[in-house]
Amino acid sequence: MKGRVLVVDDDTALAEMLGIVLRGEGFEPSFVADGDKALAAFRESKPDLVLLDLMLPGRDGIEVCRLIRAESGVPIVMLTAKSDTVDVVVGLESGADDYIVKPFKPKELVARIRARLRRSEEPAPEQLAIGDLVIDVAGHSVKREGQSIALTPLEFDLLVALARKPWQVFTREVLLEQVWGYRHAADTRLVNVHVQRLRSKVEKDPEKPEIVVTVRGVGYKAGPS
Amino acid sequence: MTRDSAASAPGSEARAGRPVGPPPAGSRFGRLLEGGLLHGGVQGSPVLRLFMRWVRRPLLPVMRLWRRNIQLKVVVTTLLMSLGVVLLLGFVVIGQVRNGLLDAKVKASQSQATGGFTAAKQKAEEAAGADGDDSTPADGRPSQNVIQWMSELVKSLSSGGQGAFDVVTLPMGGESGSGRGPRASGSVDWAVSVPEDLRERIDGGTAAAQSYTRIVYNSDQASQPGLVIGKQVNDPNGEPYQLYYLFPLTQEEKSLSLVRGTLATAGLFVVALLGAIAWLVVRQVVTPVRMAASIAERLSAGRLQERMKVTGEDDIARLGEAFNKMAQNLQLKISQLEDLSRMQRRFVSDVSHELRTPLTTVRMAADVIHDARVDFDPVTARSAELLADQLDRFETLLADLLEISRFDAGAAALEAEPIDLRVVVRRVVSGAEPLAERKGTRISVVGDQQPVVAEADARRVERVLRNLVVNAVEHGEGRDVVVKLAAAGGAVAVGVRDYGVGLKPGEATRVFSRFWRADPARARTTGGTGLGLSIALEDARLHGGWLQAWGEPGGGSQFRLTLPRTADEPLRGSPIPLEPADSRRNRGLQDAGLDETGGQRVASHGVDRAVGVPAQATAGQASQVPARGPIPPRSSMTAPTADPTALPGNGARVVPRPVSGARRPDGGPAEGLGRRDTGPEDPSRQGEASRGR
Repeated sequence: MKGRVLVVDDDTALAEMLGIVLRGEGFEPSFVADGDKALAAFRESKPDLVLLDLMLPGRDGIEVCRLIRAESGVPIVMLTAKSDTVDVVVGLESGADDYIVKPFKPKELVARIRARLRRSEEPAPEQLAIGDLVIDVAGHSVKREGQSIALTPLEFDLLVALARKPWQVFTREVLLEQVWGYRHAADTRLVNVHVQRLRSKVEKDPEKPEIVVTVRGVGYKAGPS
Repeated sequence: MTRDSAASAPGSEARAGRPVGPPPAGSRFGRLLEGGLLHGGVQGSPVLRLFMRWVRRPLLPVMRLWRRNIQLKVVVTTLLMSLGVVLLLGFVVIGQVRNGLLDAKVKASQSQATGGFTAAKQKAEEAAGADGDDSTPADGRPSQNVIQWMSELVKSLSSGGQGAFDVVTLPMGGESGSGRGPRASGSVDWAVSVPEDLRERIDGGTAAAQSYTRIVYNSDQASQPGLVIGKQVNDPNGEPYQLYYLFPLTQEEKSLSLVRGTLATAGLFVVALLGAIAWLVVRQVVTPVRMAASIAERLSAGRLQERMKVTGEDDIARLGEAFNKMAQNLQLKISQLEDLSRMQRRFVSDVSHELRTPLTTVRMAADVIHDARVDFDPVTARSAELLADQLDRFETLLADLLEISRFDAGAAALEAEPIDLRVVVRRVVSGAEPLAERKGTRISVVGDQQPVVAEADARRVERVLRNLVVNAVEHGEGRDVVVKLAAAGGAVAVGVRDYGVGLKPGEATRVFSRFWRADPARARTTGGTGLGLSIALEDARLHGGWLQAWGEPGGGSQFRLTLPRTADEPLRGSPIPLEPADSRRNRGLQDAGLDETGGQRVASHGVDRAVGVPAQATAGQASQVPARGPIPPRSSMTAPTADPTALPGNGARVVPRPVSGARRPDGGPAEGLGRRDTGPEDPSRQGEASRGR
């Protein structure tokens, strides 16, 4: 397993502790403490995953997240002390794939990092269709009428999960488990935010979604192809 | 002349045929409409009332406008009152003018008539003398002479007036014999023109009498109002006959109607002008009042920067200034409070961050140490374990504290969407399974055949239910825990019933207090923070729902979460009765067929029960395992469903509660708070915390 993790955190004690834990689990952590230097460090170290504290000196975590997302689809996991809805949603909307609320257990952190990294290990040749989209699972590409649509890995996973079983309505909990790899996580805001983001990229009219359809009171399903 | 004044009394002189002022019936009806119809003050027969109701229905919008619009009220009142004044003035003035006009005419007529009567008398005497002198040639045809004389008399008398009056002679007593039939000058229809009662009066005496009448002509000439003066006069033979002078009053009538018309026009103008003036004046006052009202509404809608326009220095301007000052202060206070609240939230958020980051480091360090404890000596290893455990507890406590302070700061937001509570309950139950297995408890779910959907925040509802279920398992002493779902009447409810230690009197309200523990000496196995139920209560409140507890010592307890089916809808009742049907008291009453007095008797045994524990056999049982048969889980599951889920208002209580008066334990503010929210349920209920919103 690839395991380069960039830790963006200004708290040196926490960063060091994260380093200990990550090394213990076989990852290769690198560190940056300043939001302004985060992007340079990201370009330099080319990590497989970014652990990003939301409160940073210099540029704040949201901004850093946006910058990284602008040039890479690498998984970003936010570390946040605030579990308030607004903060979490803002973080997710700025491009983070997942978030983890302090204080967390090392095992929980590692599980989430693994879940984010795992997906790159399973390329099986597969062609899926959802709405008027054509998905090449192995090639990791989504095309509408030959035009390719850029998705982050997480958004891609979400779309594939829905497209594989177009007859099934997915509850948010099921999606959390299948896409994010959670067992008992109750926070379905992750799903909501990422569905919105996915829609803004793949739907012709995000107000009237045809690809990812909401089933009120239950969850989401793939639109008819 | 008495008749004059009588004529001004409307309606009493119909015979005179002289219209006097506008018919008053209309305005009287109007007043009836105002006073009776519009205000529903009409009393009378049911038919009349029915009619009035029928009439009133289309008037309702008008009445609403009337009630709400002070300008309309003032203008209409002014109009009505000025109309009354103008009418009164009109009547008085017209009466005066009429008296003035008629007095002169009547006096002239009277002197004319008196002259005429005298002339007729003289003529009769002359004729009598002439007859006496020259009786021979006329002898034998005296009556013929009289007839002729009479005709000439009438002719001569009437010719004296040159059309200013007419003369009528009538025989006495209405008899028409002896050839002296009625005669009239100017083709007057005497039968109609000379009123009957005047004729009778003339018959009865020799004095002159008069009356108003309407002179009708046999010719085409139009009838006209007139004055008739009559007297009994003797003819040349000494026989009496009636002589009438009829004076037309056309000229006076014309003058009077001119005056009346002028007055009516003037009155109309005055009324209209007064109405307009009233409208303008009221507008001056009402406009600022309305402005103040609309601005007050906007202020209360949150637009605090709204102010009234102030011009001048009059009372209205002072009102505006005072209003603006009030708004200013209000805005200041509100923004201060907002700042405080923002600071508080900010503080909580900062503390949260500042505490959490080091705690995360500690936590991770502790876990690393904990994982490596096999390499340590026993003391250090145990220390590592304690460290990790207590860090867990510290973490939960911190999370709960932050959650509570978030509620206190009003920063908690509800993310409601339609959820099926069955899904949440299943998740909660499966989550509590490991603990239940350790405790030997079986958790069963009742009422999950139908979807139980409500607009709610799944995360919060799950937190509440997890708390309730875990508590029930923890305090359930290994006995079964029943989770019951129900939906009815705009509300959904989840009841969590256990058969464990239960609650002591008064505890049902205190369980929701922060850091409250049933028994400080009791060991807690799951290490709760003491904030769980407080948070659950806040969560329920945030939904506009209720979280209530019921319990009996040794008989277990039931916690009930009631949520409105749609957010913003006020709760009126709960589909699940708070006291379960299988409570010891309810079962006791059912088994023994006890009625209320029986319950009372039982309840009077001990102090604790009097303070509100449902009926219980002996006082000593409170602290020991109840001497009841093993509770068959089946019956406990079926009994509540047999009860038609106790819809709100239909007697959530199957059994009347004894000791209603004594059932107010120390209560505390929470109970006082929640009491009003219990709505249709028995307000004297105790042993429960009816708290919500």
